[in-house]
Amino acid sequence: MRKYFVEQMIVEMENNPDIIFLTGDLGFNALEPIRERFPDRFINVGIAEQNMVGLASGLALEGKKVIAYSIASFASMRPYEQIRDNVCYDNLDVKIVGTGGGVNYATLGITHHTIEDLAIMNVLPNMKVLSPAYSWEAKEATKAMMKDSGPVYIRLGKSPDANYGKADFAFEFGKGFVIRPGRDIVLVSTGNILDIVEKTADMTEKATGKTVAVISMPSIKPFDEKLIVEYAKIAEGVFTIEEHSVIGGLGSIVSSILWNHSVPKKHFHSFGFNDVFVKEVGSREYLLSLSGIDSDMLTQKIVQIMSCK
Amino acid sequence: MHKKQKESVLRKTGEKVRRLILEMSFRSHSGETGSALSISDILSVLYFSILRVNPKKPDDPKRDRFVLSKGHGAAALYAVLALRGYFPQKKLLEYRTNGGEFHSHPSQCLSLGIEASTGSLGQGLSIAAGMALALQKTDSKVYVLLGDGECNEGSVWEAALFIGNARLPNIVVIIDDNKFQGFGATKETNRFDLAKQWRAFGWKTFTVDGHNPRELERVLLEAKNANVPVVVIADTVAGKGVTDIEHTLQAHYYVANKIDLGKKKIKR
Repeated sequence: MRKYFVEQMIVEMENNPDIIFLTGDLGFNALEPIRERFPDRFINVGIAEQNMVGLASGLALEGKKVIAYSIASFASMRPYEQIRDNVCYDNLDVKIVGTGGGVNYATLGITHHTIEDLAIMNVLPNMKVLSPAYSWEAKEATKAMMKDSGPVYIRLGKSPDANYGKADFAFEFGKGFVIRPGRDIVLVSTGNILDIVEKTADMTEKATGKTVAVISMPSIKPFDEKLIVEYAKIAEGVFTIEEHSVIGGLGSIVSSILWNHSVPKKHFHSFGFNDVFVKEVGSREYLLSLSGIDSDMLTQKIVQIMSCK
Repeated sequence: MHKKQKESVLRKTGEKVRRLILEMSFRSHSGETGSALSISDILSVLYFSILRVNPKKPDDPKRDRFVLSKGHGAAALYAVLALRGYFPQKKLLEYRTNGGEFHSHPSQCLSLGIEASTGSLGQGLSIAAGMALALQKTDSKVYVLLGDGECNEGSVWEAALFIGNARLPNIVVIIDDNKFQGFGATKETNRFDLAKQWRAFGWKTFTVDGHNPRELERVLLEAKNANVPVVVIADTVAGKGVTDIEHTLQAHYYVANKIDLGKKKIKR
């Protein structure tokens, strides 16, 4: 996904001389094309994320459009107060780019996992939050982010190989995308876990004989309430699946929408990390499996919930 | 203007700023007084002698920038901005009042002359560095005022390292060395020599009497023309001008009374 982000960023920087790219000493094997192409507008500020976000704010106050790039956990949490007080409070044109959201940096351990970012960014006034799933979403989200003139957080992960894009898709903030049509069960997903969700939809259709829709939500804030309500009103069950804590992320957003819109009683469950640190050592797939986020376990659980009267 | 005349004007401006700070404290019945009083002369010299600003055109791109990183000194900033003509003095009545304009920490508003929002300590230097980066190819200078206690914050040193390493030529740091912080003397939490610490990060340092307008003006002019990152450590007095609280921790929390204002009757 980073590749598509970098490709698009080069286009954006070519077109806009006011874009400044800051990195907190990360981006090996990824950001070199930006550094080589724009040596005057690419700054490695060192391993100092608080200073990076402060610098970004000062530059933005002077009319620059600024990227602050790091691993998602470091980009979102270490300088959180600067993001709140400087970037969001003054509504500045600063884009916080977090790579490896979720457990994409699996074996690097808890310090490099990020299962809280969407929640903590979502709660900040003025902040917009993006979490693309695959190549097209990553590129389009980057474009939309760079068109926007306020604070944006974008979480990048490892892109699934499949391209889920369709000819009629047009990206915008606050818009969700129906990746797979269906009406009985709705699976709502954000970020690069989409491939697991798609497989879960296949398996659930086979196991239940019901049609299963898959909706990808690259825009977490603003959020496509309308699309969720439209699908949820018809469906028998709504399930959210995310590579994030079940607290404060996609599941919390969708459940509050259903309540706020008085959608009639449905089967509902949010799948994600259950308020624990996943301390076990292993690959992303291994850690997701341990947390019940693989297609077999998700299908099993959805079938079980749907069978309840 | 003659040198002596100018010095006298600056000295009187400092006194006016202190008077306005005490009035704001009295009317709003609120503290953070001592650390506003300690920067009264520094801000007076900056705004009336050093900074190239135009209150009639507060967003002039050619202006110098000032960031009050020690945001809790905001009463002094509001007072000096009013005296400099950014807004009418009566607007100071809106300090810490329901529906008023001014928190006790600054909120960014260029039309009022406030360049950046501050209040959580340790953030202003990075913001100022970002401004300085953006303004490198211009004649504008960026001035930023920190507290001595504020230098406890790790983020100050992240910024100091960055600026020292990048050798930004257009930034001047002033430290209000009033020797007190929230819960004690600054030396209790940082017993090291502040000037040496900054020098270790590649900064040129000056020390100055923070209540002597002539000296402040001289040193700030030298700092302005140094073309390397400069820090001016200003020896100041917490609670300056209110005899009972000068050089005390209590100065920070002090609420001004009628006696301080020398008036028997004053409406809150």
